[in-house]
Amino acid sequence: MARKLPMYKAISEAIAQEMERDENVFVMGEDIGAYGGIFGATSGLLEKFGPERVRDTPISESAFIGAALGAASKGMRPIVELMFVDFFGVAMDQIYNHIAKAYYMSGGQLKMPIVITTAIGGGYSDAAQHSQCLYGLFAHVPGLKIVIPSNSYDAKGLMISAIRDDNPVMYFFHKGLMGLGWMPSPPEATVEVPEEPYTVPIGEAKVVREGSDVTIVGVAKTVHEGIWAAEELEKEGISAEVIDLRSLVPLDKKTLLDSVKKTGRLVIADEDYRSYGMSGEIIATVVENGISLEAPPVRVAYPDVPVPYSRVLEKYVLPDKEKIINAVKRVI
Amino acid sequence: MEKVEEIPKETLLEIYKVMHKIRTYEETLAKWYYEGKTPRFDISAGPIPGELHLSSGQESAAVGVCLHLKPEDAVVGTHRAHHFAIAKGVDLKKMTAEIFGKATGLSGGKGGHMHLFDAYQNFSCSGIVGASFPQAVGVGIAAKLKGEDYVAVAVGGDGAANQGTFHEALNLAAIWKLPVIFVIEDNSWAISVPKDKSTAVSKNSERAAAYGIPGVSVDGTDVIAVYEVAKEAVERARRGEGPSLIEIKVYRLRGHFEGDPQHYRPKEDFELAKQKDPLLNFEKLLLEKGIATEEELNKIKEENVKEVQEAIDFAVNSPYPEPEEALKGVFAGGE
Repeated sequence: MARKLPMYKAISEAIAQEMERDENVFVMGEDIGAYGGIFGATSGLLEKFGPERVRDTPISESAFIGAALGAASKGMRPIVELMFVDFFGVAMDQIYNHIAKAYYMSGGQLKMPIVITTAIGGGYSDAAQHSQCLYGLFAHVPGLKIVIPSNSYDAKGLMISAIRDDNPVMYFFHKGLMGLGWMPSPPEATVEVPEEPYTVPIGEAKVVREGSDVTIVGVAKTVHEGIWAAEELEKEGISAEVIDLRSLVPLDKKTLLDSVKKTGRLVIADEDYRSYGMSGEIIATVVENGISLEAPPVRVAYPDVPVPYSRVLEKYVLPDKEKIINAVKRVI
Repeated sequence: MEKVEEIPKETLLEIYKVMHKIRTYEETLAKWYYEGKTPRFDISAGPIPGELHLSSGQESAAVGVCLHLKPEDAVVGTHRAHHFAIAKGVDLKKMTAEIFGKATGLSGGKGGHMHLFDAYQNFSCSGIVGASFPQAVGVGIAAKLKGEDYVAVAVGGDGAANQGTFHEALNLAAIWKLPVIFVIEDNSWAISVPKDKSTAVSKNSERAAAYGIPGVSVDGTDVIAVYEVAKEAVERARRGEGPSLIEIKVYRLRGHFEGDPQHYRPKEDFELAKQKDPLLNFEKLLLEKGIATEEELNKIKEENVKEVQEAIDFAVNSPYPEPEEALKGVFAGGE
């Protein structure tokens, strides 16, 4: 039976159901126990499964993320949470040199069924060290799957897929979509979620709004901004198709290319930094596949500046509905 | 506080003044923080958006250490850094304007509450746990290479002492005999994780032994004890005798951040925090020992209230930055 759940509850429900199904699944991270995760993604798990399987860790990220590799090598399926993606620097070696490469380097001897979860996104003045997205940084490294849900249905299904996947999956949740009391979330992110376990395949994008004049591509929060932009544009007679990528790795090229072939115009809405990232990858994919566009594509991304604190400054650089509308008007 | 009689009265009153100023500032800021965030708490709303980590209850650590420092000495703080900023002498008006996101702030609104930088006072801080330790080591290297006698103070919480950076930095400072004072502010909580569940030894000061440097644990509810311990560490650093580790046991009067429901925290811990209030303890001591009269203290309090109010007024009345400023200042030497 479906009922509406906020994203944070959908994620914790997915983890709980997988922990019940498979005793090898366990969770580690800072404040994931009694607190239930700073963004609620592990709420209720400690009460259900106890401190052996739901382990609060010291602030020793290199150690507990590296430990996920060791546990995985012995058949466990760890889920590790590191609060904000901005904090990953200290544990990068374990992630990009070890977890990402172990399967390949070992010639397939070592599977790494690890889920690394973290919060992304800004918009509430938490400034340069607590507001980044950075998924492009991780998508760049071979061996890591990257998923980024935009609503609670996908959040649950993608989490179950991530846990069951034999590869390391980085699972990014946008703070502004979690449905927490203290951080407003668009109502569209809180949707009906079936009670029983189900999967959303990793690597399948979704056309969340059909249109014929332009393709707007986004993930997480920018999917909603894209839909709102499309609704406004419709009033002016412009028909925009909106794609929620849901996964950056693997990237669902077919859905992307089919849409761009149909519309002939492309706008990418990305809350990560503009250069060397997701938005460039999307354009490269389109160009490499020989699709000719009616107009040069436009990227609505974070300009290459650290996230400023002051509300007026952050609003100026954050991708939003208005910026997407302007971008669409440039390509039409 | 047995040494209190050996310290000049003016120093004692200065200690009181700065501690009280910090408390007044933090409690005033808290009121402003909740403006626009009630009845429904929305972290992005109001004149002070974003997270706010206040230091009420931990003033003694900042004051006890910083009163031995000169402007050229460096303090590298944490995400909870207002008390160290104030004790280090960071301009209160500019700091407040920064927290309000105004153009007149320390960084023109780009840094905010967790990223206060004051080059004149050699103060910096960040939102990344454990980042302070190696950075202070670098200041120590600079002092040594330049032949100067300034020192660096690295501040971290008890949670931060479990970061690799803490151990690496202690070792570096020790092998190179650098003028660094490592301060662990132990408030027993790494957000919701209690120290006894995160740290294998009961006192972080014991970890100094692993690096062959002095390690002292001191009761932060007694500001004079902190002051004395810090004095020795700073003097030792200035004499070129190398780093020290000071663990200061404090109590967090408020949540990890404002709005933190603290459902993980036992009632007794709140009670204990109230009993261990370093400001009230010190005030009581000054009066009981006849070091200061209530009148004298009231005068200090009034001055602090006035200064804090002026800082708030300055911040409130300052303009926001021009939005286009967001795109400037990524690189030195041009835009």
